Amino acid sequence: MSERFTKGMARNIYVGGGVFSLLLLLSLTFHTVSALPERDHRENLTPQVALGKKVWEDNDCIGCHTLLGEGAYFAPELGNVYQRFGDSTETIAMCIRSRPAEGIPGRRSMPQFNLSDEELNAISEFLKWTSEINTNDWPPNIEG
Amino acid sequence: MGREFLEQPTITKVGIVIVVLGFIFNIGMTVLSGRKTVVSVVLLTGLVGLAVFFLFSFYNPDNLVLDKYFWWWVVHLWVEGVWELILGAILAFVLIKVTGVDREVIEKWLYLIIAMALITGVIGTGHHYFYIGTPEYWMWLGSIFGALEPIPFFMMTLFAFNMVSRRRREHPNQAAVLWALGTAVMAFLGAGVWGFMHTLAPVNYYTHGSQITAAHGHMAFYGAYVMIVLTIISYAMPILRGQGNAASAGAQRVEKWAFWLMTVSMVVITLALTGAGVLQIWLQRMAEEPMSFMATQDSITFFYWLREAAGLGFLIGLVLYVYSFFVGKATTPARSAA
Repeated sequence: MSERFTKGMARNIYVGGGVFSLLLLLSLTFHTVSALPERDHRENLTPQVALGKKVWEDNDCIGCHTLLGEGAYFAPELGNVYQRFGDSTETIAMCIRSRPAEGIPGRRSMPQFNLSDEELNAISEFLKWTSEINTNDWPPNIEG
Repeated sequence: MGREFLEQPTITKVGIVIVVLGFIFNIGMTVLSGRKTVVSVVLLTGLVGLAVFFLFSFYNPDNLVLDKYFWWWVVHLWVEGVWELILGAILAFVLIKVTGVDREVIEKWLYLIIAMALITGVIGTGHHYFYIGTPEYWMWLGSIFGALEPIPFFMMTLFAFNMVSRRRREHPNQAAVLWALGTAVMAFLGAGVWGFMHTLAPVNYYTHGSQITAAHGHMAFYGAYVMIVLTIISYAMPILRGQGNAASAGAQRVEKWAFWLMTVSMVVITLALTGAGVLQIWLQRMAEEPMSFMATQDSITFFYWLREAAGLGFLIGLVLYVYSFFVGKATTPARSAA
């Protein structure tokens, strides 16, 4: 590197660029957080949906599935499972309830989690709520 | 609990915070009582930033969109933010030691690399905000800054090769030199090139949450996290064990074999997962009649078996690496010139 470009200049780019970027991120975050209510329909975030998120986390669903594209890529995307199952929370609950405890030989199979009816309804409502977030039209099709 | 990468129960998270604070206190007091160089100050800045951003792991709101938004402050701002300070500082330290190039030159490079890392990487967080419920303008910001993110990694590769070719001494620890060059190249390929492949919003629309992400993740973590750690271990271990500046020639030979086995295996793993990803996207998301996730997975098993075989190669490399510490133990410590 040329001698005229000093270490001091490089340090100034680092400090200035770093601080500027962080401040920009903070202001964009402020804007994003204030714009989110338009997109995440939080008015529908009932205590039941919140319980569903807890059921989702306590059973480590993300350990196999993806949700809005993030997760383990081992099992289907669930951000749009509500639509894939014909706009039906009952079908989601039934699917989870009916998993064979022994699994299905020769293929990946979801375990039987023995959820209570309350938990089944809650997770179904959580997945319905998730499917109605404005995600810029993702996923590309119904298969997720 | 139950969030990807942040699966630790809250009590474990608290434990992590305590351990990290203790570690930073130890390192910080050591740096303060010794010579304060650019390298050690950048390293400390990175470690403090790492601790600060981890605090966001305690924030888990009921609102999934908010949850995901700040989840990335741990996951992305670690990898593309504070970790690059740590990676850059460790790499600069090892290069000063093994090449003997003037510290002023190396420090100038370090400042420029981490400057570019922060300028591109902080707003580059936006490439995770395309399809999780966040506003549309992130598609532009994430695409533009994400596309610039390979720059600091490319500079790191230039930096490492430049310093080694301008070396003023032949350091006896050639294994450490190999790791230092390797981490720069693999971080560039994994984080830079494989990251660039799917960082543009219209591309990511199809690749998001597919095996492409897994391919990128494997090579990026190996290049930017694993290899820099092995670099500093390779440099420091012989000194800590009183073997002089380098392990015996025999031990270094085994270590270099381990390097190549693990690195080549990781390249094969990445290529296999990329093949799986391309096919998955084609069959499940782009075909005229898209297949279901499970049917698609059944069609791409060949690539998973390939990845599995390469994983075994990696495991053999890892075993060789551990074995290299026990080679030539009986010989008297080599006292070579610094």
